Amino acid sequence: MKSSQPMVLAESVHKSFGLVEVLKGIDLQVLPQEVFCLVGPSGSGKSTFLRCINHLEKINAGRLWVDGHLVGYRQKGDKLYELKDSEVALQRRDIGMVFQRFNLFPHMTAIGNVMEAPMQVRKESKAVAYERAKRLLDRVGLADKINAYPSQLSGGQQQRVAIARALAMEPKLMLFDEPTSALDPELVGEVLDVMRGLAEDGMTMIVVTHEMGFAREVGDALVFMDGGVVVESGHPRDVLTNPQHDRTKAFLSKVL
Amino acid sequence: MTPPIDKGPAGGTPAGPAGHDAIPVAAGPVPIKAIPVRHYGRWISAVIVLAVVGLIGLAFSDAKVNWDVTFDYLDDDLILKGAWNTVKITVLSMLLGLALGTLAAVMRVSRNPVMQTVSWFYIWFFRGTPVYVQLVIWYNLALIFPNFNVGFYEEPMVTFMTPFLAALLGLGINQGAYMAEIIRAGIQSVDEGQTEASHALGMSRAKTMQRVVLPQAMRVIIPPTGNQFIDLLKTSSLVSAVQYSELFFNQGVRSQDSLATAELLFTASIWYLALTTVFSIGQYYLERHYAKGSQRSLPATPFQRVRQLVFSLRRSEVPRS
Repeated sequence: MKSSQPMVLAESVHKSFGLVEVLKGIDLQVLPQEVFCLVGPSGSGKSTFLRCINHLEKINAGRLWVDGHLVGYRQKGDKLYELKDSEVALQRRDIGMVFQRFNLFPHMTAIGNVMEAPMQVRKESKAVAYERAKRLLDRVGLADKINAYPSQLSGGQQQRVAIARALAMEPKLMLFDEPTSALDPELVGEVLDVMRGLAEDGMTMIVVTHEMGFAREVGDALVFMDGGVVVESGHPRDVLTNPQHDRTKAFLSKVL
Repeated sequence: MTPPIDKGPAGGTPAGPAGHDAIPVAAGPVPIKAIPVRHYGRWISAVIVLAVVGLIGLAFSDAKVNWDVTFDYLDDDLILKGAWNTVKITVLSMLLGLALGTLAAVMRVSRNPVMQTVSWFYIWFFRGTPVYVQLVIWYNLALIFPNFNVGFYEEPMVTFMTPFLAALLGLGINQGAYMAEIIRAGIQSVDEGQTEASHALGMSRAKTMQRVVLPQAMRVIIPPTGNQFIDLLKTSSLVSAVQYSELFFNQGVRSQDSLATAELLFTASIWYLALTTVFSIGQYYLERHYAKGSQRSLPATPFQRVRQLVFSLRRSEVPRS
């Protein structure tokens, strides 16, 4: 029973860095339990858009909702009020993010990384946080590495810890920013397997990726971005096998 | 498509390619026996250093220093009291400096322009004037403010500003200005991605600073902080100027009593050296502690190294017998 309210709704989202306009009006919606793939050449704005969703970047124009809540602002009448840092933090609790470069906390063990946010943000007891962290690390196949420091893990293992860390906050939406781009080719599969499992469990996921195989196989929707606009969107099978626009065709011919 | 690298004969039959001056291949690889590079520079420099040391020794053998007096005063009550006070004022000033420095550094990198400005002025003023001048100003604060009055408590400044308090404020506040810059550099050395990951998990700015950024900044902060501490330990000799009875001040008192000026200067020097040595060792272990997670295995402590050496010596003896 999917609710009718989209998990993410973007209306004419604009974002500039100084004079450079990176997003030139993005309209899209992501439904609950959907695996939504963002593809496109580097510099097309797909990562920036992803970072706008949890307010790591502030948008300059347009509107962006997550689960019915405006991201970063509160609307009263026709006026927008900026949210306080603590309110932004509250919104981010429900949105997990996985980074291209993992960004694990190097001074904490794998399980320490996973326990940190539940204990610090949700004030969970150590025992409760430990049990969940152990379960999550087991789920990503790292039950035997819970006491390893990130520097003692391979890239693929680090990224799987990072996924467990994001899941520990029990998010309703997961953002993946090129999660396999920094990995050796042989390690890509183990991370994609974990993501596939998440998708099967019904997690809503937005995935910026260059893994077209993953997009075709697991994705429910796909958007091709270029130059800060959405060029083409649809079901991954359709877009990837039968692209309509020349830009999409040219891009896919290089990456497929 | 490249031919597989010839890993030597399998099964022990020499099969070197024709035309090569085949080194006879035995059962295993032949250890290289080469003539080592001669380091003539090392020999020459050793001779020069020995000569210079010899000359200095010769000069001191004829010097007018009564070494017995120097060593006699090492455990003199007043000197011991002074050494203890030196440690006390150094540690307390460092703690004050660390607190002020952390505060100023966090203010400096905050987004609040008022905080940034306050921090900037603090660092600008206290780093821009000599610590000696600052110490004397604190000590003479009664000239500017005859009374210490904070509403609920009042006292004449002359009795309030004891030598100890003047020394603590002078050294600590000055130290804080230097520490602020060291800590700021440490904070800024932490990868931006760490802050982002922490924020993305819903952690507040304060929590991110406390749990994620500062612990990682420590690795960058501690070596120069150890340096500052050693420096402070020696700079604390300046507080003799505000009559605080630390090592250098007490050395001066004994020196006037006994007229053994040079001897007592060496006594004090030995104490300073001993103290800095002890604290350097402490610094080593502190750095080791904060290297956790940044290296795959921690470097061995000197104690462990000695043990390993003894162990490996013993082991290497075994096969020879």
